[in-house]
Amino acid sequence: MSERIETDVVIVGAGPVGLFAVFELGLLDIKAHLVDILPKIGGQCAELYPEKPIYDIPGFPVITGQGLIDNLLRQIEPFKPTFHLGEMVEGLESLGDAEHPRFRITTDAGKVFECKAVIVAAGGGSFQPKKPPIERIDAYENTGVFYAVRKMEAFRDKRILIVGGGDSALDWTLNLQPLAKHLTLLHRRDAFRAAPDSVNKMRALVAAGAMDFELGQVVGLKGPAPTLEAAVVRRDDGSTFEVPCEVLLPFFGLTMKLGPIAEWGLNLHENLIPVDTEKFETSTPGIFAIGDINWYPGKLKLILSGFHEAALAAQKAHRYVYPEKKLLFQYTTSSTSLQKKLGVVPDTRKQPEAV
Amino acid sequence: MGVIHVIDRDGERHTLEALEGWRVMEIIRDWNLPLSGACGGACECGTCHVFVSEPWLDKLHPATEEEEGRLDMLPLTRKNSRLACQILYEPELDGLEVTLAPVSG
Ligand SMILES: Cc1cc2nc3c(=O)[nH]c(=O)nc-3n(C[C@H](O)[C@H](O)[C@H](O)COP(=O)(O)OP(=O)(O)OC[C@H]3O[C@@H](n4cnc5c(N)ncnc54)[C@H](O)[C@@H]3O)c2cc1C
Ligand code: FES
Repeated sequence: MSERIETDVVIVGAGPVGLFAVFELGLLDIKAHLVDILPKIGGQCAELYPEKPIYDIPGFPVITGQGLIDNLLRQIEPFKPTFHLGEMVEGLESLGDAEHPRFRITTDAGKVFECKAVIVAAGGGSFQPKKPPIERIDAYENTGVFYAVRKMEAFRDKRILIVGGGDSALDWTLNLQPLAKHLTLLHRRDAFRAAPDSVNKMRALVAAGAMDFELGQVVGLKGPAPTLEAAVVRRDDGSTFEVPCEVLLPFFGLTMKLGPIAEWGLNLHENLIPVDTEKFETSTPGIFAIGDINWYPGKLKLILSGFHEAALAAQKAHRYVYPEKKLLFQYTTSSTSLQKKLGVVPDTRKQPEAV
Repeated sequence: MGVIHVIDRDGERHTLEALEGWRVMEIIRDWNLPLSGACGGACECGTCHVFVSEPWLDKLHPATEEEEGRLDMLPLTRKNSRLACQILYEPELDGLEVTLAPVSG
């Protein structure tokens, strides 16, 4: 069953730039829905460097990646954006004409949006699990090689090989060990970047002979594809051995991939979306691209540039959403109407009388 | 000025002039060899993964725990795996040889 949602603007990507676009659109009374394939909000700042300091956000001598995202969320709170997390935008289809654009957007979770403008704030593309560059790995994907666990039952009574040393590898080791026929955890070194409690539990299982832990990296796969039978593992000294397994689960974290954006007819320039520098609109009227995903002469992949792009794109989006309304330039410091939208002026009618 | 030698993914060996104080990742990228250095040297992306030729391994500063943690997220590491953004070029490294590691899909 597909869910249909009607809104003014859909923002593809909930990174810092997509979030600030909510603010700029909100000041112009434009409602927005955001879609992100990550299960959390914040794009690169939240996924790649939540604890690292950023020094070049205007007005903040220093702020962490997550700190910036938390602040942006507070800033856009008055506009009550709707987030659709853990979903990838797959289809973008043009319905209207250049003067009155309309778009239909579909996600891999079966949601359908209809909107008057689209803001692509997709950064470096969708965050997706990193695929090991092992020969013929594609031939086993979704039959023997999985990058995520959707249904644990699918792995019952299988010989499972899990690779990695982070929380995902350790958590799935502990979750799948009870139902696996046999489970081996493989990592490049005998040290983990995971919750110490999980590591201790894993070591206890190994000590009890309930599972194996091996050192090395998978360098080859065996079995008549798509049936996986074993993985070839190389040790540090260059020697190799085989681990018999029907299931291989590599957990090497996420990487950004352009994904479906390539198919939206946006005339990509080296995997980036070309835009003008007046409205940050793409070759398709009504589709804007802001932040790391866009390209124009002199482009800098900086958060502050993305914020500026968001403000200008919102101005033009207003034309599509409210074709009949004239846009007045206003400051948040002095405009009562903007302050009302931000919820910072109490409704004057409710104000207590002066004594 | 010294040099570093870089073996690309087709096995071809390149000799690059190296400037003191630059990250080996930056040197390789500046010479337009295929190494993306996507995070700009923040030890976050792992796209600057190289294999350091044996004799040089001991001459480098040992990897920090942060670098080891990032290497943990790479599928085809070896004993001589390092992140080129974590190696600062200094005159003692004149002649350093590294091989570009395969890139993850
Ligand atoms: C380690 C590191 C340090 C950095 N330091 C700084 C700094 O000091 N100063 C600075 O200005 N910048 C810095 N940057 C760069 C900065 O993080 C980026 O410029 C910024 O994150 C770009 O924001 P964005 O919103 O355009 O995209 P992103 O943050 O990349 O977010 C894009 C989002 O879109 C989602 N997405 C993409 N395609 C789809 C799709 N089809 N469907 C659903 N979701 C999709 C992605 O999953 C992602 O969450 C740094 C980056 C890194 C990695
Ligand atoms: S350049 Fe990103 S980890 Fe080295």
